[in-house]
Amino acid sequence: MGMNSVTNIGRNGIQDWIIQRVTAYVLALYTLFLLGFFVTTDVDYQAWSALFAQGWFKIFSLLALLSIAGHAWVGLWTVSTDYIKSAMPRFLLQAACVLVMFVYVVWGIQILWGL
Amino acid sequence: MHRLMGLSIASYRVVIRPPEPIGYRYRTDSPVPTYQPSATVLRSRGTKRECESAVNSKRPVNLDLGKFHFPLPAITSILHRISGIIIFVGVAFLMYGLDLSLSGEDGFNRVNELLDSFLAKLIIWGILSALLYHLVAGIKHLLMDAGIGEELESGRLAAKATIAVSVVLIVLAGVWVWA
Repeated sequence: MGMNSVTNIGRNGIQDWIIQRVTAYVLALYTLFLLGFFVTTDVDYQAWSALFAQGWFKIFSLLALLSIAGHAWVGLWTVSTDYIKSAMPRFLLQAACVLVMFVYVVWGIQILWGL
Repeated sequence: MHRLMGLSIASYRVVIRPPEPIGYRYRTDSPVPTYQPSATVLRSRGTKRECESAVNSKRPVNLDLGKFHFPLPAITSILHRISGIIIFVGVAFLMYGLDLSLSGEDGFNRVNELLDSFLAKLIIWGILSALLYHLVAGIKHLLMDAGIGEELESGRLAAKATIAVSVVLIVLAGVWVWA
């Protein structure tokens, strides 16, 4: 309770668990897709920019990006809660992690939509 | 006297013993033959082992994890956490590369030039290794959600498979990066 329930993404452990699983499936699919693309395609600028120009892949990438944020939020919250005993350093670290993930998401949207 | 798998036959007297607990010896020199700690164990551990005193203590005790022997499934679990943290940091490098590579043909070529350097290859291989390990260990987790690999023996086997598969993939990623 207290600091912990303020900084986790879900309202309870079951929500965290479900977020971790759903995002895991998305990220596994995205990773396997990109690995497959690199293995089967001779990647030059044309092929690379053509992939990221497609609407469905922009959305798939944004979904993966949001999944990274949610997955890392649950994962880093769990790990930091396990190992950092004192409340204030743990709160600051968890808040810093959330800030980094927010920056990743905004940065990713800028990259994907060329803003 | 014949001894066979804990079964002693001496002068028509048959004694069947349960297996000896680790560090204990069957003492026949005490009034009632029973299992007692062996002298070497008593000498090496002083009074009580740390985990024993922690369990019996009324006060909460933080166990010294540095003194514990970790089974393979515990090691794969810790590596899963470490690789996750590496990926979290590595995403910054990947997004920097993605940003540059999509900024135009010059930017794409600049990423290729950067990837010629030893340090960049090392960083990319490190991130790929963490990603591949995290993926394999994550798939093991999802299989465990489905009830596969949850028993002691199958869990140990799954941990071994996690290590084996990810080592192969990490070597392949190394060949891909450095070739």
